[in-house]
Amino acid sequence: MKHIAMTALFVGALAVSACSNDRFGNGRFGGGSGDFVAGSPSDPRSPAYFNQTIGDRVLFAVDQSTLSQEGVQVLTQQATWLMENTSYTAVIEGHADEQGTREYNLALGARRASAVQNFLIDRGVAPNRLQTVSYGKERPLEICSDELCYSKNRRAVTVLAAGAITS
Amino acid sequence: MTRRSKRMGFQLRKVTCLLAACATFMAGHVTTASAQSDGPLRIEITDGVIEPLPFAIPDFVPEDGGASDFARSIARVIAADLASTGLFREIPQDAFISGVTNFSSPVAYADWKAINAQALITGAVSSSGDSINVKFRVFDVFSGQPLGEGLQFSGGAAGWRRMAHKVADIVYSRITGESGYFDSRVVFVAESGPKNARRKRLAIMDYDGANVQYLTDSSALVLAPRFSPQGDRVLYTSYETGFPQVYVLDVATVGRRVLSSQEGTMTFAPRFSPDGRTVVYSLSAGGNTDLYTMDIASGQARRLTQAPSIETAPSFSPDGSSIVFESDRSGSQQLYVMPATGGEATRISFGQGRYGTPVWSPRGDLIAFTKQNAGRFHIGVMRTDGSEERLLTASFLDEGPTWSPNGRVIMFTRESQGETGEASLYSVDITGRNLRRVLTEGAASDPAWSPLLN
Repeated sequence: MKHIAMTALFVGALAVSACSNDRFGNGRFGGGSGDFVAGSPSDPRSPAYFNQTIGDRVLFAVDQSTLSQEGVQVLTQQATWLMENTSYTAVIEGHADEQGTREYNLALGARRASAVQNFLIDRGVAPNRLQTVSYGKERPLEICSDELCYSKNRRAVTVLAAGAITS
Repeated sequence: MTRRSKRMGFQLRKVTCLLAACATFMAGHVTTASAQSDGPLRIEITDGVIEPLPFAIPDFVPEDGGASDFARSIARVIAADLASTGLFREIPQDAFISGVTNFSSPVAYADWKAINAQALITGAVSSSGDSINVKFRVFDVFSGQPLGEGLQFSGGAAGWRRMAHKVADIVYSRITGESGYFDSRVVFVAESGPKNARRKRLAIMDYDGANVQYLTDSSALVLAPRFSPQGDRVLYTSYETGFPQVYVLDVATVGRRVLSSQEGTMTFAPRFSPDGRTVVYSLSAGGNTDLYTMDIASGQARRLTQAPSIETAPSFSPDGSSIVFESDRSGSQQLYVMPATGGEATRISFGQGRYGTPVWSPRGDLIAFTKQNAGRFHIGVMRTDGSEERLLTASFLDEGPTWSPNGRVIMFTRESQGETGEASLYSVDITGRNLRRVLTEGAASDPAWSPLLN
């Protein structure tokens, strides 16, 4: 069951990569093309593995910031990866779909990003490695105006960066 | 009766003995901007006004060579201002029986009556170096009387549109009894680029879309600018640091500074208090969004709400005593009013759907809002206790109302649907009539109306 879910997510991530050219859809590190090359999605220590094989994002129901079962699975693996790859920090971006006012969606995105941050901290990731930001409805990944797109835009994306967070 | 603008150097004074017809002129019934007129030429702005008042405005008379560039343009801007309200209808110039070639000549009332012009606006322009002088008169054609005193402005030629707007404000005011709103500006977000990589920059323009100036570049996302009550500063939210923070920008110098930058927090949805000294805004920390005020001079912040729900989009009442805001504490977004110092909030919205972005009218009598219901967005108004809710618009996505300085018109963002969807600015009367698009060069969102300039 878990295996099936993972496969579906992997396909989803590839589809995303194919149609998006900004960092709000992809992680900061693009996936390599070779199957067994270091830094490729098959290299478990690579950001590409984090972004694509584990999945860098979780999705939310309309107006909600509660983590779904699938979301918990992805975030559990994100936490494990972050614990094993301590040279990375992350900014968690919270996003909303376009149905809603600008201000409310900023606050909603903040809730979503925070839900992910809290989960990762609960699973042992050091709080000072995680920052949150909300983009509200400003950076949709998918641009159609129906639920097919909205469901992908209601997301929190864990964006990896190399090095410690400076304050 | 001399007014002087520090910023533009306009002078407004009576056209008195410059006029040959001075004696007649002064004998006519004189109204001031806010006075009641008992003459027949009067629009009462109520829900019942449907038939716009026909007016004629011949090109202004150029009194020297340097004035000819402006004489027609100024009359055209005045005509456009008045017609844009939906309360006035311009009679085309080709219907005119007589022209006006001399500002001082007696008015041929019969010729204007014959084409059913109820109001006639005449004017003349003279120039001197880089300055121009604009004088004008308004006539009540059917009673055969001037409507108020003749007035004149002088100022830099570059400010000719503002002079035209000032004339239109006075004409509007004399006929409706309300103050005008044409000599005002709008700060907004100019948008470009595709929907998933929108570029946004702050811009400022005249209320009618002319004289656009950019206040920021598009290197960082910017959102929801708001004017200070004096119109000299703008609050907005920028992602300059990678995280949304409230900034305050000086319009004249375009200098900006961050209002507050507390590590690990996001600030947004700022608005000035009516005295311009305090900012109310939302701050998100740990995923929770509450309302704060900050004294601009001291940087002293004060927390107004403390709830796990989302509290955002605050707006002061014009007397500074109350704040209206939106909260989802009931489970969905609704509007609440609380004292400006915080404390118990009273819910005022109870209709179907979700309510957001409340904005107190400059008159203090109404609150404009965005409503989301059954998959549609609306701009609406309600009384400050939540009664008499009226929806003025409906579309795929309308949001973010802002009031004209006189509280008669609301401007807002309308976003079209789908992959090529983009934002544009619209305005609508608080009666729900006269919905029109505000022309901008490109896509535009988040308008905020300035006070009337002076």
